[in-house]
Amino acid sequence: MSGAIQQTGADGGVSPAHLLKDLAVTAFLAAAIFGTTLGFKTTTAVGGLTIEPNLMLGGGSILVVVVVRLALWLTLWRKPVNERQPMISDDLKKSVTATMAPFGKFFLPSMLIIALIWPFLPFTDRYILDLSILILTYVMLGWGLNIVVGLAGLLDLGYVAFYAVGAYSYALLAQYFGLSFWICLPLAGVLAAFWGIILGFPVLRLRGDYLAIVTLAFGEIIRVVLLNWYQFTGGPDGLSGIPRPTFFGLEFKRFGEGTFAEFFGLEFSSMHRIIFLYFLILILAIVTNIVTNRLRRLPIGRAWEALREDEIACRSLGLNTTLVKLSAFAIGAMFAGFAGSFFATRQGFISPESFTFIESALILAIVVLGGMGSQIGVVIASIFLIGGFEVFREAEQFRMLIFGLAMVVIMVWRPRGLISSRVPSVFLKKRKAVSSDMVAQGEGH
Amino acid sequence: MEYFVQQLINGVTLGSIYGLIAIGYTMVYGIIGMINFAHGDVFMVGAFISLIVITALGFTASTGIGLIILALILVLVCAMVISSVYGWTLERMAYRPLRGSFRLAPLITAIGVSIVLQNYIQIAQGARVKPLQPIISGGYTIMSRVDENGEFLVQISNIQIAIIVVTLALMGVFSLIIAKTSLGRAQRACEQDQKMASLLGINVDRTISTTFVMGAALAAVAGLMFLLYYGVIDFFIGFIAGVKAFTAAVLGGIGSLPGAMLGGLVIGLIETFWSAYFSVEYKDVAAFAMLAIVLIFLPQGLLGKPEVEKV
Repeated sequence: MSGAIQQTGADGGVSPAHLLKDLAVTAFLAAAIFGTTLGFKTTTAVGGLTIEPNLMLGGGSILVVVVVRLALWLTLWRKPVNERQPMISDDLKKSVTATMAPFGKFFLPSMLIIALIWPFLPFTDRYILDLSILILTYVMLGWGLNIVVGLAGLLDLGYVAFYAVGAYSYALLAQYFGLSFWICLPLAGVLAAFWGIILGFPVLRLRGDYLAIVTLAFGEIIRVVLLNWYQFTGGPDGLSGIPRPTFFGLEFKRFGEGTFAEFFGLEFSSMHRIIFLYFLILILAIVTNIVTNRLRRLPIGRAWEALREDEIACRSLGLNTTLVKLSAFAIGAMFAGFAGSFFATRQGFISPESFTFIESALILAIVVLGGMGSQIGVVIASIFLIGGFEVFREAEQFRMLIFGLAMVVIMVWRPRGLISSRVPSVFLKKRKAVSSDMVAQGEGH
Repeated sequence: MEYFVQQLINGVTLGSIYGLIAIGYTMVYGIIGMINFAHGDVFMVGAFISLIVITALGFTASTGIGLIILALILVLVCAMVISSVYGWTLERMAYRPLRGSFRLAPLITAIGVSIVLQNYIQIAQGARVKPLQPIISGGYTIMSRVDENGEFLVQISNIQIAIIVVTLALMGVFSLIIAKTSLGRAQRACEQDQKMASLLGINVDRTISTTFVMGAALAAVAGLMFLLYYGVIDFFIGFIAGVKAFTAAVLGGIGSLPGAMLGGLVIGLIETFWSAYFSVEYKDVAAFAMLAIVLIFLPQGLLGKPEVEKV
């Protein structure tokens, strides 16, 4: 429960009296937290609520907590804080880093090659491919948000709003004007960027947490409007029958003229469309990454990072901070718009359900857990979170619980994210990674 | 006119609940500068604890009035103590290890804790809404009007009176604690400069823990009031109430106790009047739009101190 005050006995361990007191406090805390809510379940019955005591569960949970804490006292916490061995010694860390160094150079190309041949590997079935598409969507969203949060240092808690704008743009344009995916994709990006500017313009004067909460509010506003504007957006029913994308005009269907399978003389398979979607999102994600990396070396990207490091210095050097922030907001939003229209075409159905705050939180968690500003970190965090989320699909009920716990544990373990080094875009003489502790987080949070 | 007065009463009641939650946000933000995103869920836990205790005690509206008041005080104490334990434990496990780390880290753990609490309660208590029979009933008619549409009564119910009175009393008590006691002095000192405060012998860790405990206790009060006023709770009430209360805290000027209360009232009134005169569906939009407008023209909030930019 608590990292209680250290009080050592004669043998270097804890004194029994202190241990007992500590366990009693633990038992009290566990009783308050688990004993109440697990031990007494309220159920709706005829004529009002009744209570179902489950003393086994309530008592058991208290016992488990106390026993775990006792075990920790007897093993890991035997020594006072300053004498404890770190879990992983520095030597081990160094040797691991040394052995991994040569692989570093090949890591990115090999990841790319694996991503390219992934759909054709023997064990890749429909399920794995669907999951990969989902992960790549989040990678793309994470990279998009990374521009706003990681590079420009503005905390955006309503990123999902732009994702929604992209998805609804495509769905509505296709429904009302019959435009195809390939025309709508850039339009969705432009519209999302436009909304980014509209929303960004008034709020970017705000500092820190105010910005966070206003973006959150805007995200909710967009969702509520989508939910209630029944005639236009279909309200809670959402929009269905969104057209599928075509491969240069070739459709992915079994019968009819000009299908993909007929043109290439292939046997029809429903996998063609999935593989096509996989490559589509892969290309979109890679484009996001390349654009971001190029932008970092352009004046605008340098301005973003300078803004993150020190806003006052930026202003005194003559940068128009509003313009710099707006451009980060708009470009981040644009990529969310692309991802949104991809999401719409993949699902064929969208509703406001898909664009709740939890989605924004998930994308932000991917960026922060991966290590803000780190591109590869986003990939690792996406695989970790979305993949892990799927692994626990069986435990439907416990999935979100485990997800939340994982977020807390990873963050406490590595506050600067999984990837702890950053590559600066400006360097003197030699390009080398620096520790993420050297990188500011911006005034945006 | 009568309709307006009725909405005013409803708005003040709702605003009191938001204000009580907002105090928790504003105190924590004032002292360690973090958005305690899980605070709304502590409020939800408080409502559930109240529900459990009320059901366990098994009293209903037909119990004698003296007994009801006694029982409700017992419920309040239980809810406050248990929610405080939640608040204390969260701070200890999810936020304290990250103190002094960069500012986004505790926000992410707070979001994680919020997810954990929601799903934990969902698993432990079930996902379906929990209806509670009204316990405090009755009220007073303060205005009435008879016209061709029939009779329109302006009523203030006993539960509304109770909510407003308890809120005012708690506001008074907590303002006194902050202003007069040594604990309040320690909190204000930590708010200004933690390092200096600890050099002067203040136990900063303990002060921060106490702040979380106080916030959680007030959230539990709000939870009980919400339960009694609406009579229906589920595991998801914390999110939207939390966001609104945070909006209230920002609106009033974050870090300021009267500001939080004022912000809560403003948000409650806007929401009620918007629902009454325009549309129920867009009441959240109205509250959030108000937040954006206030922040754009008055970035430090209604009662907040202007932020000084330090180099």
